[in-house]
Amino acid sequence: MSNHSYEPESFAFTPEYLEKAKAFIAKYPAGRQQSAVMPLLDLAQRQEGWVSRAAMEVIAEMLDMAPIRVEEVATFYTMYNRKPVGTFHVQVCTNLPCMLRGSDDVVAAAKATLGVEFGDMTGDGKFTLSEVECLGACVNAPMMQINDDYYEDLTAESTKAVLEAFKRGETPKPGPQNGRQFSCPAGGPTALTELKFEGGKA
Amino acid sequence: MPKLTIDGREIEVEAGTTIIQAADLLGIEIPRFCYHERLAIAGNCRMCLVEVEKMPKPAASCAMPVGEGMVVKTNTPAVRKARQGVMEFLLLNHPLDCPICDQGGECDLQDQAMAYGSDKNRCQEGKRAVPDKDYGPLVQTMMTRCIQCTRCVRFISEIAGTPVLGGLGRGEHLEISRYVNAAVSSELSGNLIDLCPVGALTNKPASYTYRAWELKKTESVDAMDALGSAIRVDTRGNEVIRILPRVAEDVNEEWLSDRSRFACDGLKRQRLDKPYVRKDGKLVPATWNEAFAAIAAKVKAAGTKVAAIAGDQADAETMVAYKDLLAALGSQAVDCRQDGAKLDASVRASYLFNSTAAGIEEADALLIVGSNPRKENPVLNARIRKRWQKGGFKVARIGHKGDLTYKYEHLGDDASILKAVAEGKHPFFEVLKNAKKPALIIGQGALSRADGAVLLGLARKLADAAGLVRDGWNGFNVLHTAAARVGGLDLGFVPGQGWRDVDHIVDGAHKGDIQVLFLIGADEVDMKALGEAFVVYQGSHGDAGAHRADVILPGAAYTEKSATFVNLEGRAQQTRLAVFPPGEAKEDWRIVRALSEALGKPLPYDSLKAVRERLAKASPVFAAIGQVVPAAWGAAFGAEGSLGDGALVSNVDNFYQTDPISRASKTMAECTAAFGGGCNHKHKKTGTHG
Repeated sequence: MSNHSYEPESFAFTPEYLEKAKAFIAKYPAGRQQSAVMPLLDLAQRQEGWVSRAAMEVIAEMLDMAPIRVEEVATFYTMYNRKPVGTFHVQVCTNLPCMLRGSDDVVAAAKATLGVEFGDMTGDGKFTLSEVECLGACVNAPMMQINDDYYEDLTAESTKAVLEAFKRGETPKPGPQNGRQFSCPAGGPTALTELKFEGGKA
Repeated sequence: MPKLTIDGREIEVEAGTTIIQAADLLGIEIPRFCYHERLAIAGNCRMCLVEVEKMPKPAASCAMPVGEGMVVKTNTPAVRKARQGVMEFLLLNHPLDCPICDQGGECDLQDQAMAYGSDKNRCQEGKRAVPDKDYGPLVQTMMTRCIQCTRCVRFISEIAGTPVLGGLGRGEHLEISRYVNAAVSSELSGNLIDLCPVGALTNKPASYTYRAWELKKTESVDAMDALGSAIRVDTRGNEVIRILPRVAEDVNEEWLSDRSRFACDGLKRQRLDKPYVRKDGKLVPATWNEAFAAIAAKVKAAGTKVAAIAGDQADAETMVAYKDLLAALGSQAVDCRQDGAKLDASVRASYLFNSTAAGIEEADALLIVGSNPRKENPVLNARIRKRWQKGGFKVARIGHKGDLTYKYEHLGDDASILKAVAEGKHPFFEVLKNAKKPALIIGQGALSRADGAVLLGLARKLADAAGLVRDGWNGFNVLHTAAARVGGLDLGFVPGQGWRDVDHIVDGAHKGDIQVLFLIGADEVDMKALGEAFVVYQGSHGDAGAHRADVILPGAAYTEKSATFVNLEGRAQQTRLAVFPPGEAKEDWRIVRALSEALGKPLPYDSLKAVRERLAKASPVFAAIGQVVPAAWGAAFGAEGSLGDGALVSNVDNFYQTDPISRASKTMAECTAAFGGGCNHKHKKTGTHG
């Protein structure tokens, strides 16, 4: 685990984020401030896009814990990025349900549209493409997460459309891309199509 | 207290005991990798699975507290099958490189694989490889062998108090690693090697030089610091290969400081292996008789103008022999305090670590004066940290401000603060006074100052005023750094009434009032100040003393003789001969005996037994081997007077090199270069370390 060239020399929370960090620390009883390590890492990631070593050291100092303890947490959870990512972090799920529903096509489309492989950032620093484990949206498989939003029920075409929209600077509507509402059946409801109460009265 | 049955045997244990602890009490062996009785419970290796009646699944016995009426079975087919399953997983990624692994032959995993391992591998995939980490010059890493028991992580965080190791990544990618901007520079890092149940962490200086089964093991006592840790000296032929700690609950538990463990390569370097006599300004090899004759000629001319200074690793037998020899020559100018510490030999309690090492765990308030326990005695410091971790322990320090691995209140570094505390004018006085078992540690850094006696007097005053000495408790502690010191004071290796102490001996040598000076392994004396005096150096290493000497008498190091040392608690302990002294070097007290013959004043003892009887006459302490002989609080000690200027600092600057042996050690020199004297775990590194 060496210090990579992309590791910045220093890190500081912006006043706005520092305020939020203090609010998180205040949620825990005195002496238990270390419990705030995960939200603080998340704040650092929201501020910088990723968690640098300098950020971990600042957090360790704020919470009075050893830097290695912070690094353990940051490396345990894959949601913390330990190296810089693009403005849009595209995370494609390839676990079993997504794979069965065609995530291979989604992956191929994403790679083709962005022109990068998994783990890489586009040259303009706009996109990073990652392969991730289950994100808990199997009912809408296949899916991908772009920053905080889920794009679901993807096909090769809709994947391309979503990513192209981001490229143009638009923000496509999150959620199912095939017109479905949430996780309702794809062809519309098949049960409870009419209201029927006891006694036959509507 | 719950009663339970393990393998049909009933036992009653305290509530909160785990099954594995209860089984250990019964002598029933349960295999384990992650569990260690001195570390927090992790429960992650799963090797200790047992069957508990009415429980649907096997239970990890290290983490399962006992319950009333529990029926545990440790040796059923189901247990064996469960452990075999665990072993199969442990071996999935473990390389089978036992033939070239230094742990081979003393490896827990190897042993357990013999019992629970399969002869076949069902796994088709390749094994994972993990890059090795840089843990410094002492600990060799082979991280592919790691089974992630996390003992090292827990030790370095809990016991050593320098949390720089951790498990990074998860699952298949979990690696035990060092924090990249911190070195593994704990003064206790060698213990990681003992704790590691596999060959992931091994002895770097000794790597690939031995197989565990070809070493001869000699149980002995450490003389590299004043604690006198129980050690095992592993030798092959006439070479010390490594030094390991032994379990001694009252002394070192089972830890050993890095200097005590790794300075052993210094035993092979810079050795004095034959007598030398200075002729025309040059030291030339001589026979024993020539050396003795040269001394005899000078001693005859000197009359009573002879003196002796004992060094930090002089054993009690040698000191008593020198004391008797000089007395026969008519001189009582002997001193074992080569650093000039103003210790008072007349009141035994004034120079002991009275609370005892184990007793410090009972203290509830502690004041450290002019000492850095972490550098001066890391194992003892780990005890203080252990006490601190339990909570309800207020520590304050007068002296240098630095990391001691526990939190303390820094009162300042001026000696006047001790005065204020002693006179009750400082708030910490109330803390000590109101504590149930208050303690004080005063270091050699304070006592070896010019006003050391005044500081000792103030410490005594504080002890009386704050009630450091109470029924069944004596919290007055002197932290020694020299293994020889307490033994020397106990047998009275101090100047007789009206005779010169160490400062005046050096002064006398300079002015010609001391004509013959015996240095018994004393290398910290200012050699340039010895003037024209005829210096006889008896010791094991060619250090400062040997360079100044006119005659060199080659002695034995602590691994090469059976010798008595009294540790800082006042516990007399004996080393054992593990290897023979090199060349013509001899056991030290025998040299004195032979010298006495040459000087025409033969000493009245010819055997080790007789010398020890003489020692027992000097002090009953030497008759009670292995036991702490407590000291009565007794008369007042120390002096009154004005305090000097200057901050209180520790007398140990570089933990790794404090004595002739560690100064001759290449390993210790590497540590000095890498860690800069210890206590420096925030050491920044650049480039691609690790």
